[in-house]
Amino acid sequence: MSEQKKFHWSSITRHHLFLPIMCLIVVLLSNLIKTPDFFAISMRDGVLYGYIIDVINRASELVILAVGMTLVTAASGGQDISVGAVMAVAAAVCCQILSGGQTSVDAFQNPLILGVLAALAAAALCGAFNGYLVAHLHIQPMVATLILYTAGRGIAQLVTGGQITYVRVGAYSMWGGALPHMLFPLPVFFAVAVVLIVSLILKKSALGLYIESVGINSSSSRLVGLNAKRIKMITYIICGLLAGIAGFVASSRIYSADANNIGLNLEMDAILAVALGGNILSGGKFSIAGSVIGAYTIQALTTTLYAMNVSSDQLPVYKAIVVVIIVTLQSPVFQKFINNQRAKRAVKRGQTNGGAVV
Amino acid sequence: MSTKSLKQKKKLSGTTFLLMVTIGLFILMYAAGMIVFANQGFAKPQMFVNLLISNAGLLVISCGMTIVMITGGIDISVGSVTALVCMVCAFEMEKMGMSAYAAVISALVIGLLFGLVQGFLVAYLDIQPFIVSLAGLFFARGLTAVISTEMISITNETFLKWAKYSIYLPIGSTNKRGIFQPAFIYPSVIISIVVVIAVFILLKYTKFGRSLYAIGGNQQSALMMGLNVRRTKMKAYVLDGFLAGLGGFLFCLNSCAGFVEQAKGLEMDAISASVIGGTLLSGGVGNPIGTFFGVLIKGTISSLITTQGTLSSWWVRIVLSALLCFFIVLQSVITSRKNKNK
Repeated sequence: MSEQKKFHWSSITRHHLFLPIMCLIVVLLSNLIKTPDFFAISMRDGVLYGYIIDVINRASELVILAVGMTLVTAASGGQDISVGAVMAVAAAVCCQILSGGQTSVDAFQNPLILGVLAALAAAALCGAFNGYLVAHLHIQPMVATLILYTAGRGIAQLVTGGQITYVRVGAYSMWGGALPHMLFPLPVFFAVAVVLIVSLILKKSALGLYIESVGINSSSSRLVGLNAKRIKMITYIICGLLAGIAGFVASSRIYSADANNIGLNLEMDAILAVALGGNILSGGKFSIAGSVIGAYTIQALTTTLYAMNVSSDQLPVYKAIVVVIIVTLQSPVFQKFINNQRAKRAVKRGQTNGGAVV
Repeated sequence: MSTKSLKQKKKLSGTTFLLMVTIGLFILMYAAGMIVFANQGFAKPQMFVNLLISNAGLLVISCGMTIVMITGGIDISVGSVTALVCMVCAFEMEKMGMSAYAAVISALVIGLLFGLVQGFLVAYLDIQPFIVSLAGLFFARGLTAVISTEMISITNETFLKWAKYSIYLPIGSTNKRGIFQPAFIYPSVIISIVVVIAVFILLKYTKFGRSLYAIGGNQQSALMMGLNVRRTKMKAYVLDGFLAGLGGFLFCLNSCAGFVEQAKGLEMDAISASVIGGTLLSGGVGNPIGTFFGVLIKGTISSLITTQGTLSSWWVRIVLSALLCFFIVLQSVITSRKNKNK
């Protein structure tokens, strides 16, 4: 009885969110060396300002993408690498409808809601296309999504006619900015809303359980009576839809649709966020909370590297190294190696204690 | 016995069918181009040879891609490795004053290093090839930017001599004045064709080549048969890396410059060339001859679109993606029919 009451450090360190949170803290604290006022927060017009708020704000799109990527990874054991391109398509569709086909407008040519809905529909369609290839034609997820990864930006270019479409309307750019007395910039609310809604759906319905089951063993879930194809399809459509939302947020930040740059390299960040959150990239059990923490860690890392005068072109080098380290630590061979080492050490300790190990 | 041979025949016909579709498609596209753009020189032999000149690097890279895809893996880092190779070559020759020979060696070493690291991670640590090479893609592209963010044009004399040394062919066309103009190729074309033939022989007639097919067909059975799966996979990635380095250098001979955005999406071209040429994404099937035609199809699409003139260059990628999609679906249909027949 008394042993149970004892406080165990291992109960904290063994928690699946322990490592992701530690990573986040380490990255954030490392900023203090270069920028001592990193955690300082000021307030203007009822909106918070500061480095830390900037990280939270900039991470919004990534958080939204990471949620979708988590579901896709869990259900199909592969990643959707087209999310960045889908963001560009959604942004292009949205801006093109709002501008009524012109390259730069000062007033909406069509209602905002129409543009947003069309953008989300286009993004969901891209997701459905990926989902169909993966679920019904049994193509490896990354190869299937590679098609849209390359073609997506081309499609976005075609939609905007090769131009950057500007929508210089306050009611559009406000979604990517901050309103007075709202404490946080608006993209943060988008991210929070997406995380809450998706978690709620997964908690209140059996979808979360189904996704894990399909991810762990697709054919046995089918034998149990789950429609594995439909579940995979749903995760890809959700992922596409979320990429659409992220595309809308990203384009309203710059009140334009830049087909070449919106969501550039974000697919890598999203995969990284999922991996950092402790999710296994080959599918199965997942944790949305882990991915969200992972997304904030990545953004913090990006901001840190920018603060160290690393240009945006060079960022991928560091991120690639982080990815390789994480996947190596996660790999079954490495885990086995560690477990073997642990077992050996335990045996040795047992021998020194008198050799009474059974 | 008879059912077994029947099955074998069916399996063969499935993959031969894919190759036939590819060759047929290429002939159809090229013939259509010759008819529609006859007055823009599409019918001249030089136009056909140009396909080989501008795609020599891609051809070598695609052969490497075919090798890893036969083992059931994939390598999407090749485009970035090409950019890195071009940048390193340009930087060494222009900024450090090194000779063109040193540039060739460093290109091959870069390719080999990428192959070694990626091969180790895939073969010995069992990490998904896609994740590994995605990291490789970003790493190489980022490293290119670390070396230089500005474009470096190559002016090294030896290098330019290699790049523009014309070899005249016995075929050619007569111009308006009736003077015979022989078609010419560059040395890069010869290297790339030698690579295709070498890879063909390697895959078809050596023990290593046959074990690649065995591993791609069924890794478990290959292991049971006593093949060293890990080492063979590792060798496949090292070979792929080497060919990526060589292909990158040939690409550099064609572009004579190094810049960050170079060869973006080349991995997609290489994968589509392999898939269009009949390499199965699930592994175990494929050969460099099909890949050769896959590359020619890609080249024909881009020269058709450039000759047409009004369409934007984005259409090349879109058409190629659509074609890739079509072939993937075709493969999937053929494989599922094969499984039903079992």
